[in-house]
Amino acid sequence: MKNEATKKMTMHIDVEDLIPATAEEKAYVVQMRPSTTFFKDGVRRLIKNKVAFVSFIVIVLITLAAIVLPIFWPYAYDDMLGNVPGQPMDASYNNLKPFTYSRTEQAMIDAGESVFPHVFGTDSAGRDYFIRVVYGTRISLAVGFFASIIVLIIGMTVGAVSGYCGGKVDLIIMRIVDIIYSLPDMLMVILLASVLKMTLGSVIEGTVLESIGSNIISLFIVFGILYWVSMARLIRGQILSLREQEYVLAARAAGAPGGWIIRKHLLPNCMSVVFISVALQIPSAIFTESYLSFIGLGVNAPMPSLGSLASDALNGITTYPYRMVIPAIVISLIVLSLNLFGDGLRDAFDPKLNT
Amino acid sequence: MNAKTISYIIKRIILAVITVWVVITVTFFVMHAVPGGPFMGEKAISEAAQKALEAKYGLDKPLGVQYVTYLKDIVTKFDFGPSLKQRGRTVVGIIGDGMKTSVKLGLIAAVIALACGVVLGSIAALRRNTILDRIVMVMTTAFVSMPSFIMGSLLLIIFAVKLHVLPANGAAAGGLILPIITLSLSPMAHITRLTRSSMLDVLGQDYIRTAKAKGVPYIRIIFGHALKNSLLPVITYFGPMLAYIVTGSLVVEQIFAVPGIGRAFISSITGRDYPMIMGTTIILAALIVVMNLISDILYKIVDPRITLE
Repeated sequence: MKNEATKKMTMHIDVEDLIPATAEEKAYVVQMRPSTTFFKDGVRRLIKNKVAFVSFIVIVLITLAAIVLPIFWPYAYDDMLGNVPGQPMDASYNNLKPFTYSRTEQAMIDAGESVFPHVFGTDSAGRDYFIRVVYGTRISLAVGFFASIIVLIIGMTVGAVSGYCGGKVDLIIMRIVDIIYSLPDMLMVILLASVLKMTLGSVIEGTVLESIGSNIISLFIVFGILYWVSMARLIRGQILSLREQEYVLAARAAGAPGGWIIRKHLLPNCMSVVFISVALQIPSAIFTESYLSFIGLGVNAPMPSLGSLASDALNGITTYPYRMVIPAIVISLIVLSLNLFGDGLRDAFDPKLNT
Repeated sequence: MNAKTISYIIKRIILAVITVWVVITVTFFVMHAVPGGPFMGEKAISEAAQKALEAKYGLDKPLGVQYVTYLKDIVTKFDFGPSLKQRGRTVVGIIGDGMKTSVKLGLIAAVIALACGVVLGSIAALRRNTILDRIVMVMTTAFVSMPSFIMGSLLLIIFAVKLHVLPANGAAAGGLILPIITLSLSPMAHITRLTRSSMLDVLGQDYIRTAKAKGVPYIRIIFGHALKNSLLPVITYFGPMLAYIVTGSLVVEQIFAVPGIGRAFISSITGRDYPMIMGTTIILAALIVVMNLISDILYKIVDPRITLE
């Protein structure tokens, strides 16, 4: 009889159902694992992944070194040590081997003063090579990071609008994406970079942008024009599946405007996918930057980047092979660890791959 | 081939044609945005000579007319105009000369990458989770992350500068060996990984188990059943591989001083030889687009299971 009473179709609420559980009842609940959020769960998986964790530490160490070391290093990246104003040029500063000293410095050491060693020697213009590598790393990392941010912003906006609006807007945007996607990216990058290099200098003269250098700006423009398409495709795919969810329907029924739904409901839900692809975008941007620097379209001299250092080293490769090896190792290390970390991030945070 | 396949192929061909047209258009207008225009040399020439030059190449006409002429010359006569720096030579002539070396370099690199990649990938898949598999995977990870110019420079240091076993100059006898190795390593790593994963996938299929159950010899299962099917995804990599080899050869030819199209392209950029930059960009881009088209269509034809949007 009691069973029948509970099944009755009625709005009557049984008060007993709402009484808080007693301590005795709570003890029955078996907790297999402490409750966790999606983010915490992902981080746990990430830390357990040894390769990704080590890569992460390598990235952090390299980034910290690139930021901190130039602050208290006694030499500057563009300091031609042999050229002191008011004194005759000391050519013995040029092309020093690692841990050797120029005549002036040797005299100072003999006089009892301490001279900071040139850990990687100096280059052909007498600049301390270690600080140039550190500064080059800084430039390469910064270019990779900001280029990825630009790609992220453009790709996210276009992808979200295309996915949410659907219909004709989506069709037109996706055809444009298709065409840009099938362009041979590297050739277009070279073409645009070589043209921007020639035209941009006079355009940005006298503005804040000039201090960054026309070549880096042109690099950012090129990235902004060409590389947003895969990000836009990714976001669009996500949005397309998300916008069919009930909560979006509920929000629309409650009268929420489109932009608000995109910002508050759709984009936060694609964040994990977005972060993964940004993490994988950074090494490819660094790759592209070093490639362009190597063929002479990268950063403006005397600013170094890892690619331009390698390119400069090519001239003296028979005598000073270490000048090529050092930036080569740093680039490979950065790209490799970022790639491995990105892979780990994907394994940890992409719910579709979790089985 | 059913109607769906044919309509897919037609769609892809149209997209490829549009892409090549976009490349030509972008290249043309971007190049003409440079102050002074493409036919402006650095050396100051007399006003009369300048006028004569402009009249000869139609530079006094409006930009739209020039664009149409440029497009028409390419489509009907395959003419990209004369080179600015190498007087008396056409862009097509220079590219044709460079191609002889570059095509040889690229083809050999592609064949080596394909052969080694398939063999290594299959071995890694068949000996899964052994030391051999691990070594192959670590090596390929390293090769994928290493930019081609780094790889080339390191090989140069090791084999030409330190060991003196191979020449550093690409024009010397045997000089193409190092550039070929440099260019083939990264595609080889990609193909190895691709083959390994698709081989693992195929080995888990029911028909492999059936073949084993009915007593087909191991060798026949591998070569007759597994390898054939696991090679299909490799076809999709042909397009990207060509793109990699083309962009890679730009720096590799620079490093090893190979007299190919890549070196001509780089020196045309540093020397501001505009018609040469335009011509090389368009031809190389068209090559990559066509290769992508072929590999996509081929993939669709050999594997009808693939559904395409």
